[in-house]
Amino acid sequence: MNGFLHQVLSGLTTGGIYASLALALVMIYRATDLVNFAQGEMAMFSTYVAWSMINAGLPYWPAFLLTIGVSFLAAALIQLAVIRPLAGAPILASVIVFIGLLLVFNSIAGWIFSYTIKPFPSPFPSKPLWENSYISTHEVGAIGVTLVLLAMLFAFFRWTELGLTMRAAAENPVSSRLVGIRVARMVALGWGLAAALGAVAGMMVAPIIFLEPNMMSGVLLYAFAAALLGGIENPWGAVIGGFTLGILENLLGAYLIGTELKMTVALAIIVLVLVVKPSGVFGRIVLTRV
Amino acid sequence: MTSLLEASDLRAFYGSTQVLHELAFSLDEGAITAILGANGAGKTTTLRAICGLVRCSGEVRFAGTRIAGKSTEDIVRLGIAHVPQNRGTFLSFTVEENLWLGAHISRDKSRRRSDFDRLYGYFPILGERRRQQAGTLSGGEQQMLALSRALMSRPRLLLLDEPSFGLAPITVQEIFRIMRRINAEEGVSILLVEQNVNLALGLSDHAYLLETGRLALSGPSQELRRHEAVRRSYFGS
Repeated sequence: MNGFLHQVLSGLTTGGIYASLALALVMIYRATDLVNFAQGEMAMFSTYVAWSMINAGLPYWPAFLLTIGVSFLAAALIQLAVIRPLAGAPILASVIVFIGLLLVFNSIAGWIFSYTIKPFPSPFPSKPLWENSYISTHEVGAIGVTLVLLAMLFAFFRWTELGLTMRAAAENPVSSRLVGIRVARMVALGWGLAAALGAVAGMMVAPIIFLEPNMMSGVLLYAFAAALLGGIENPWGAVIGGFTLGILENLLGAYLIGTELKMTVALAIIVLVLVVKPSGVFGRIVLTRV
Repeated sequence: MTSLLEASDLRAFYGSTQVLHELAFSLDEGAITAILGANGAGKTTTLRAICGLVRCSGEVRFAGTRIAGKSTEDIVRLGIAHVPQNRGTFLSFTVEENLWLGAHISRDKSRRRSDFDRLYGYFPILGERRRQQAGTLSGGEQQMLALSRALMSRPRLLLLDEPSFGLAPITVQEIFRIMRRINAEEGVSILLVEQNVNLALGLSDHAYLLETGRLALSGPSQELRRHEAVRRSYFGS
């Protein structure tokens, strides 16, 4: 029973990280109908940026905030410089650019920081909270950070002028331009926010899985499965999907299939959703006239 | 009367296909102008060309400023509001949020509030449904919402693409009555694209007739009503 509880709780931690990254994917998908395959590698790179700052002597939290800002700006610039010129290009062209970005970030990270695994600090004390044996303080802290971040994001999109405008630009770009919304700017902002989310996810997962250029490939796969499971257009679905998969992954790993096959679970879920219910559990089917 | 918008040698393209051929027309300030024509004559494209939604060449001047080649977002800021044929509703937003988005270019919040009330005065049904999701409105209500959303930007020129499309005659009558009021009371000039020729000529001061992307005829609406070619093509007598 204790083991079971431990698996569920630490599943919540990784689940929160999947949820963050899945939400990043959903945000970009809603604005552009494209899945950013480079989202994970961008998050990995952000984590290296944070690592460099901390190594240079900056305390954790200033480095944390600065990394979020840098990631936001860099992603908005990437969108404007690399992705925006592709507007109107065939989907395959965009997909190839995304995969290109993935490889570029991966290689640059390996080139600058080497492929050796590095420990990444946690801002939380290493002593377990309340002397419990179920969950580490970092895991509790990561869940907390994730929940605060998600709440802030939902409040932003629900109640602020800019958030509402960004949602409008994603829902109906032509109508948005006709009321004067600068849609291209909103899409760049969306990229920035998605990268900021990814940066937090990276910094929260790195103390658990260690820092190395390929650290996010598995996380992205799970995030992608979570986004699909929840319905790729549904932000709530992505969050619920993320937490569900985090727990499922741990339970299956502990009791059924062992840790070696964990990646296969994500792939199996992706295939299962696409075959059985492509709109996801919480998605809606959009009919198109042809 | 001075002209508010002037187009000359206007050509528009979809891909490599030219759909508007050297159009020239002008709209009088404060007037209602109609563009008539059959399906595929280029009426919608003309509106899309004015607000920069389609690739075009030629000269378009609005209140003295050259707008051909400007981005849609900038053209809207000069005072042109466009109600597209599909009504362009933000479906997952509430009625009031739709209006709020329509006021995107104005930064004056107190004016927004009074604009809400002014438009709910024209269309009381929108006031009753202000918290309702816009996607749940009927076609007529969505047309009213589209018109209101466009007016929230306080335009000098309103471009209306087939406002009667798919609506019950009684709804059409109401919408046309309010369009006339908006034109008369607020001095908003209107450029109207309409398949219902009778309705359009009844409302407008001046009209242009398009045929396959070319200007076929123009004149005061009263005269066009009596014109032989128009009667033959559109009234069947």
